[in-house]
Amino acid sequence: MHIVVCIKQVPDPSQARIDRETGMVIREGVDKITNPFDLYALEEALRLKEAQGGKVTALSMGPPAAAEVLRDAIAMGVDHGVLLSARGFAGADTLATSYTLAQAIRRLADVHLIICGKQAADGDTAQVGPGLAANLDIPHITQVRKIAQITKESLQVERLTDTGYEAIEVNLPAVITVVKEINEPRLPGLRGMMRAKKAEIQVWGPEEIDADETRIGLKGSPTQVWRTFEPEIHRKGEMLTGTPSEQAAALWERLRAL
Amino acid sequence: MEIRVRTDDCTICGVCAQECPFGSISMGEVGPEFDESCTLCGVCVESCPAEAIYMVGEAEKILEERDSSKSRGVWVFAEQRAGHLQGVVLELLNEGKNIATQLGEPLACVLLGDEIEHLSQELIEYGVDQVYLAEAPELKDYRDDLYAQVLEHLVGKYQPTIFLIGGTTNGRSLAPRVATGLRTGLTADCTGFALDEAGNLLQTRPAFGGNLMATIRCPHHRPQMATVRPKVFEAPTRQPGRSGEEIRVELPPLKPWAHILEIVDEESLGPNLGEANVVVAGGRGLGSAEKFRLVEDLARAVGGAVGASRAVVDAGWVSYPHQVGQTGRTVAPKLYIACGISGAIQHLVGMQSAETIVAINRDPDAPIFSVATYGIVGEVEEIIPALIREIKSR
Repeated sequence: MHIVVCIKQVPDPSQARIDRETGMVIREGVDKITNPFDLYALEEALRLKEAQGGKVTALSMGPPAAAEVLRDAIAMGVDHGVLLSARGFAGADTLATSYTLAQAIRRLADVHLIICGKQAADGDTAQVGPGLAANLDIPHITQVRKIAQITKESLQVERLTDTGYEAIEVNLPAVITVVKEINEPRLPGLRGMMRAKKAEIQVWGPEEIDADETRIGLKGSPTQVWRTFEPEIHRKGEMLTGTPSEQAAALWERLRAL
Repeated sequence: MEIRVRTDDCTICGVCAQECPFGSISMGEVGPEFDESCTLCGVCVESCPAEAIYMVGEAEKILEERDSSKSRGVWVFAEQRAGHLQGVVLELLNEGKNIATQLGEPLACVLLGDEIEHLSQELIEYGVDQVYLAEAPELKDYRDDLYAQVLEHLVGKYQPTIFLIGGTTNGRSLAPRVATGLRTGLTADCTGFALDEAGNLLQTRPAFGGNLMATIRCPHHRPQMATVRPKVFEAPTRQPGRSGEEIRVELPPLKPWAHILEIVDEESLGPNLGEANVVVAGGRGLGSAEKFRLVEDLARAVGGAVGASRAVVDAGWVSYPHQVGQTGRTVAPKLYIACGISGAIQHLVGMQSAETIVAINRDPDAPIFSVATYGIVGEVEEIIPALIREIKSR
């Protein structure tokens, strides 16, 4: 079984601090890490490989420095890392990104299952997984919390819904996006880290994946950021003091007035 | 900016070519032709005796392209579960109506399901002009495969300008599938809309966990698609007896790829997190699983949903669907009461869009107080019972 895990390099959310004066995220000096949700995707792929045999390829798109997250994936136990990196890929929105990843997966060939994290911690769109499946014209299931059964031909999973869960079966190949509940990601071992250091990360550009130039990067992105601004925050920041009963009474008085 | 020529008016007099300071113009058979050296200086526009040369801005160019396309109408996906419209659908109708009115276009809904015709009239009474209704037994419950195929077919056939989908779990799975199939833009989790001078939808969404707002446009593709965060817009008032048009649609040939084996509604503590007006959430500061029950008691007293920090979920005090924050759910209720939650950034990004935030924590320096509307420094196990007594005594 060949499993592809799509991962993304993002600014470390645990290092992000909010500037109390401006209410803005402080991004300077923040390390770049593997999107936290993608660790669950990597772990699930490795568990499937351990149970079923086969190989796991980690795929990412980003600047050359994003090769680092592929090395980290190899340290966890992934077999190969492929980085999509070229000037032409820059500025991609989720439509262009999912097309680009899909082209790379076509080139990888004989892929049975594609696993993504539920969303990226920086963009929070959760759009690339379903978009990737649409590009490949294969099934997708979002918010998977459990793989109940898998063969080379089909997959049974539990999908988290707003009110509970659904048990769904699809034929493979398919794309799933996984939630945190699915597993506990492993830490890389020493041997893995040694291997990762020496591993060769393949870097592909538009030619390698036979990409249509009009569908990648900024050109292939229908959405444009028109402007960004700081949110207005109307927090009073009123501290309620006194005995617990007085505090509770003061609070309820204010809440009732809302 | 771009230079255009009305060739019907052009007399091929050649004045523009003589006047051009850059020698960029040569005369073709039907009018002037511009080479790459053109700087868009506009001298030719001024000099043309027949007023055949003009400049168009970005907005006008888009409008011209728009005229040639037939897209029309603001659509809302009317997600229903077990024959009931989801709350976010009504919220979208209010916002959709505003946009449709400004554009002078109708507000329409797409309604998929089985034996749900009664919802057509309900939608119309909430302000919808047209309901595209697709009924079939296999559409009874939401499923990605068939719903996406039906929506792609309908959008292709009727070509709406704008298509809004509620940001529920299903909506956020469906929308990217459909948008990719249609090769159009999609903006996730929007919290505000407006129109620019060319009539493009300006779609505003929180970025970087709500610390920055980004406004996104999709100027050259139709429909402009967006998923919309629940609980941001008010639902409109119902107007009983209002009339509208129901269009029963014929289904395209469907290609199922998912087999739904079971749909299970899990016993949850109070209302669904994503749709609740009030969320009461507990963190590690509560100290133990037993004390977490205080949070559930308070949630019950105020009719709210139960939320939790990651630490509490990892400790097994409450199940994962209750987790609020980066690796859990993002919520934006009217009122969020954080009990014993210190407010790590990963938690704050999941709740700081709440309208009113109450923080109860024993540590006066806890970051949660930086986003709180009202803060109480104290022991949660004393404050919550006092608060419940207060609520019950009035």
